[in-house]
Amino acid sequence: MNGLLLLPLLVPLAGGLLPLFSGRSGLAMERGAGLLATLVMLPVAVALFQAAAGGQIVVYAMGDWQAPFGITLVLDRLAAWMILVTAVLAAGVMLFSVGRADESGRHFHVLFQFQLLGIYGAFLAGDLFNLFVFFEVLLIASYALLSHGAGAERTMAAVRVAVLNLLGSTVFLVAVACIYSAAGTLNFADLARRAADLPADRLGLWQAGAWLLLVVFALKAALLPLGFWLPGAYRAADGAVAALFSILTKVGVVAIIRVCTLIFPALDAGPVIQVAALGTLVLGFTGMLSARRLAGLAAHAVIVSVGVLFVSVALFTRDSLAAGLYYAAHGTLATGLLFLVSTRIGMVRGETGDRLVAGPAFRGRTALPVAFLLAAVAVAGLPPLGGFLAKLAILDAAMSGAGTAWTFAAVLGASLFSIVALARAGTIVFWTVGRDRGEVVELPGWRPLAVSGVALLLVALVLLAAFAGPALDQAGEVAAQLLDRDAYVRAVLGAGLEGGS
Amino acid sequence: MEALLATAIGALVAAGVYLALRPRLFSILLGMTLLSYAVNLFLLASGGVLADTAPLTDRPGPWPDPLPQALVLTAIVISFGMTALVIVLALRAVSERGHDRVDAAPGEEGE
Repeated sequence: MNGLLLLPLLVPLAGGLLPLFSGRSGLAMERGAGLLATLVMLPVAVALFQAAAGGQIVVYAMGDWQAPFGITLVLDRLAAWMILVTAVLAAGVMLFSVGRADESGRHFHVLFQFQLLGIYGAFLAGDLFNLFVFFEVLLIASYALLSHGAGAERTMAAVRVAVLNLLGSTVFLVAVACIYSAAGTLNFADLARRAADLPADRLGLWQAGAWLLLVVFALKAALLPLGFWLPGAYRAADGAVAALFSILTKVGVVAIIRVCTLIFPALDAGPVIQVAALGTLVLGFTGMLSARRLAGLAAHAVIVSVGVLFVSVALFTRDSLAAGLYYAAHGTLATGLLFLVSTRIGMVRGETGDRLVAGPAFRGRTALPVAFLLAAVAVAGLPPLGGFLAKLAILDAAMSGAGTAWTFAAVLGASLFSIVALARAGTIVFWTVGRDRGEVVELPGWRPLAVSGVALLLVALVLLAAFAGPALDQAGEVAAQLLDRDAYVRAVLGAGLEGGS
Repeated sequence: MEALLATAIGALVAAGVYLALRPRLFSILLGMTLLSYAVNLFLLASGGVLADTAPLTDRPGPWPDPLPQALVLTAIVISFGMTALVIVLALRAVSERGHDRVDAAPGEEGE
């Protein structure tokens, strides 16, 4: 039963690795395996969600080495929630990439699966060092995916991100070493147990490690002073890759949520994160307004969604965490969708691409403009989609916290400016026609799959809005479980606790 | 022993940070390598420093903590792989752009 926890690791591993052994048949084989593995992960994610839905925390000890000594995978509601979101996003992006992104370079699907392996692993990791290892797995795949295709701009973007994250990994290891020498363990549950009664002379080391850890996670999540790498990288990446990357920032957010609720509640990092989040919002919508390409617009939309998410999460109350998690699901799918639609628009506009200038006419082509409209509605957080409800819940939760006025101003301001930026982009792309630009081009082949990828994300967003009540309740349960540290410690350490230590 | 280790880590970090801030990819990569050496030593020291002993032996104690050694081994492998990948990426960037400066000239890379 607990072996179910291995599936999110084994399915992408098999889907990525096996076609490599098949010899020269190449792309078709990789494509089939990739599609299969990504689609199989949907029922697996649902099964994991079911397994965590009762509120129990499922623990898998590798090789039956019990925590805190072995490698543990832990499935709680938070991990299940994020795995489900990732699986849905990955399925949409995978369908979209077939026949386009995967033909512009070698081994796209292999890298894609390894990226997913790292993401799922990071959600399931039960100790700091395995979190580091899974981060590296997802990073190394992301460098290769980022430089996938061709062009000096793309390669240089990958080099920049790689160097920056190499630095991040260095800081991560320093943090791990500090925390290990302060507490003598790296297991999350064991750390949570020991956090309360650390010897006074170790406290400085512990806090230094904790803050360094938050810095690293903030770098992954693109929180303000550490988020400047994101727009350049996402803009340079292939659209499908960038769409998948919209979950990457959330991996950093989830890591921050995990360590702040479980291990470092005494650190009181909330106010610092909140200030940074407000700044991130301002940076995000400024970037959206000044974007010169749809890809740049979408990249800054990711930053805005990170900002909104952190504004909410930073309060670390049940309501704010719940609203934040619901928004995380919505925002990830919405920004992913915007990337996909923008890519599609850039393709049909021929040489005009996704630059925000007058281009060819969209005469008689309604599907793409409507898809852009829906993506824009989702990203901006307008009714009837879930972004509106999420922001409502976030503002509602912010009423009880500190800095309410700032939160209201930043979230509502970001929404307003997002609407302006998206409306401007839509007006330029669809309503202004350049002289002698003719009409948009028809795309050859594989169209149904790309459309079904976009449709899948759209349907997921609509379902998230239609069942917002149950979804928000679920998010509330996730938040409640996060705040119940003892339950996590009991579930992971279990028998070891009664034996004493 | 501690003083020696601390000095070595400090020197490696100082040199690594300096090199990582240079505007050429070659120096940056050297800096990254030095930083990863420093962090490996730091990780090794996190379990406490003991000379002339080995973990998991039947000799009388005190024994050093074996876990940081396992962590360092993993960290070395990972940083080795990462550095190799970044070098390949950097080589590709150099062959595509004709130079290895990271501060690209204005206009070279549009939005």
